[in-house]
This record gives sequence, structure tokens and C-alpha cells, in this order.
Amino acid sequence: MTAQPQSTPAPPPSGTTSGTAPGSVSVAAPRPVRAAAPAALALGDDALVLAQRLGEWAGNAPVLEEDVALTNIALDLLGQARTLLSLVGDEDELAFGREEHEFRNVQLVERPNGDFAETIARQLFFSVHQELLFTALAAGDSALAPLAAKAVKEVAYHRDHAERWTLRLGDGTEESHRRMQDAVDGLWRYTGELFEPLDGLDVDLAGLRAPWLERVTAVLGRATLEVPQGADRTPWAAGAGRQGVHTEAFGRMLAEMQHLHRAHPGASW
Amino acid sequence: MVTGQGSAAGTASGLEEELLRLAGEVPDPELPVVSLAELGILRGLRVTGPGRVEVELTPTYTGCPALDTMATDIREVLTAHGMSEVAVRTVLSPAWSTDAISAEGRRKLAEHGVAPPRPLSGGADEAAGGPVAVELRVRCPHCGSTDTRMLSRFSSTACKALRRCDSCHEPFDHFKEL
Repeated sequence: MTAQPQSTPAPPPSGTTSGTAPGSVSVAAPRPVRAAAPAALALGDDALVLAQRLGEWAGNAPVLEEDVALTNIALDLLGQARTLLSLVGDEDELAFGREEHEFRNVQLVERPNGDFAETIARQLFFSVHQELLFTALAAGDSALAPLAAKAVKEVAYHRDHAERWTLRLGDGTEESHRRMQDAVDGLWRYTGELFEPLDGLDVDLAGLRAPWLERVTAVLGRATLEVPQGADRTPWAAGAGRQGVHTEAFGRMLAEMQHLHRAHPGASW
Repeated sequence: MVTGQGSAAGTASGLEEELLRLAGEVPDPELPVVSLAELGILRGLRVTGPGRVEVELTPTYTGCPALDTMATDIREVLTAHGMSEVAVRTVLSPAWSTDAISAEGRRKLAEHGVAPPRPLSGGADEAAGGPVAVELRVRCPHCGSTDTRMLSRFSSTACKALRRCDSCHEPFDHFKEL
């Protein structure tokens, strides 16, 4: 990714490659993207922010295999983010040039990694959601369909990874069970936002909630964990990330993510 | 326009065929034993004017970091062949699948110690409704035993899983099905 100075977001790419600079790969955008741009921005931010969070595990995961697994998942998500944000404007400008309130990701993905169980609970909630959403998007013909069709196959592995760890931790030792249940309980209030309507999306997000709940309930049940009875959609529920309202931890994460670009505008490898 | 799946007879010029062959011979930056053509990620090539050519690439994984290097390598090869302007486009649709890897590519992967992906289409897994064939036996590329097990779904690159052979006890990479 090459860096760009701060300015207003560029118009959507035209779908041609005539202006392609040497050393860059343009992403084809054959379908009208303008209508889907708000959704592409929100879903791109989800992927970007979760990629950054998972990347924080590099060198810190409980075992080497998990270090590699979590960062591989982060890489897949970064790929999604690059494609989605490129539908909206300049990917670097959008990732590194926006302020906190301009990000449209759900609050779930910005939550700190916590212990390993919290990361796994977040992965479970998000990957089950993303698999359902991308499957629906891939069946449509919006500008997001090609990316969804591509990414859903990768997300199946993310979901599988989260499921297996949920089972091992939930149905593991007393300590791992307690921590996994705490993680599920603590993040539950952030899950309602996943099903809030999103401008420019030709998928009924609210309609995904029932299958999501069914799948998550099945995994938690097999893992001997309780499905939280707490609020996920009441006034006690969290989540206004789509409106640009974020949790305190997000600002610090962004500061780290954007620091290099802001300190050295135009820097590249 | 010629496609990576074979020539579109009648529309492809001899030059396009030649350039496609050259681009297809570019080795994968991370698995240099196989070429881009063998991986099935070269989607097409079109000469758009004198000295101008457009190439379509599809990524194995959405976040594949090797894509930029592949584009650079293709530009280098085609520029050396007299093209002054080489545009490399990324296309996502239809999504790449490990089924696009040629038989020769699979053979080279195995020879290199990477267990090739198992076929996805038409198999029992597809009938069962799942694109991810994870429980069928994977053959050890070192000793040929099918007595192998998964250590981690994610390995040295996004496209590989880490396995170990229970016969010869060697660990090995498996190009996982996608």
C-alpha cells in the first residue's frame, strides 16, 4: 500500500485501468459501486479493524500455531478491507486518514483482544455473521457480490477455527470453561449491532439474526456454555459504531494503526 | 483476448498466445516450483494497442500478499518482450478455487513436499453441502502414507495448513482446499 496525503476521499474507481500506476494492481469494479458504497465502507471497516486487532496477537498468542492462525485470518480480513475500501475511494486514505468518528465498523470488532477466550468469542460471533452475510451477498448481483463470493470460502475456515476453540475452551478445564463463558457473556451486548440495517446493502440483515442465533446456540451448547440471556437489542445493548460512535479502546487502536502514516505521509516500502 | 483456460480460437492473435505463455511461466513468488498458469490464477490477456497489453489475474486468497510481486514479475517479463505498457488487473469473479490448479501443478507441489489440495467439485464433500473438505485423507508428500493428521489449519501462508505424518513423523504443508 502506498501512502497518500490527507484529502477528501477520491471518487469511486471507474473500472478501467488506464490510470494504473506502475507497481500497483488495480481492482476491477465492473458494476455500479455508488449505491453500495456506504455498505462497502462499513463492511470494509469491520474487516480492517478486526484485522488490526488480530494482528496484535503476532508474537503474543498462547502457542506458535495460534500466532500463525490468527495473523493468517487477519491477512484474509485485510484483503477484504482493501477490496471493499477501494470500491469507496483510496484505500490508504480511508484507512489512515480518517478520524475515529468517521469509521463505520461495528463496536464488536474494535473490542480489545482481552484474554484468548475473548478473542475466540469475538471471532465466533463475527465469523458466523460474516459467513451468513457473504453467502447472501454472493447470491445477489451488487458490486459487493464478487468479493463476497471469494471471501466466504475463506471465512468458512475462520468460523471453523473459532468453533473448534470454543469447544475446546468451553468443554475444557474448569478455568477455561469459566473464562470462555465470561467472554461470551461480556461480548453478547455487542452482537445486536451486527443486524442493524445498513445503507446500500441488498441483504436483509435483521433476517440473518435467527440463523445466526441458531448456529451460535448450537456451538455454545456443544461447548457446554450458556447462551447469555442478557440484552443484545435493548437499551442496555451496546453498539453505535455504524453511526461513528466508538468505544474508548478504539481511539488508542487507531492511534497505533495510523501513527506511521501520519508521521511519514507518502512513505512506502 | 486469450484466456488462461486455453485459447479462444479465432479472436486470439499469435502475439497474445505468445505473451500469455510468457506470463504464465512466471513462477509463484511464494511457491516458485509452480507457475502462475499451473496455479490457474492467470485469467486472460489482451493486446489493446501497439505495445499495450492488459493481463487479468485472480488472487488465490483475498489478502494474498504475493499479488503485487506477481504483477511486477509479469510486467517485467512482458516489457522485456517488447511491450511498453502492461496493465495488470485483479479480477475476483468467478472466485478462484483449488480445483483450478493443473495436474502438472499438483504433481510439482507434491514433489516439493507440499501435499496438493483434494478435488472439491463433484466429490462427496460437495454432495454433503460443504466446500471445505477437511476430513478426507491427505497423503504425506514424503513417504506417501495416508496416516496423517492436522496440526493447524493455518500454516506458513494463508493457502496452506500444517500437518504431520504419523508414519514417517515428518511435518508437512498441505495446500488446503478452497
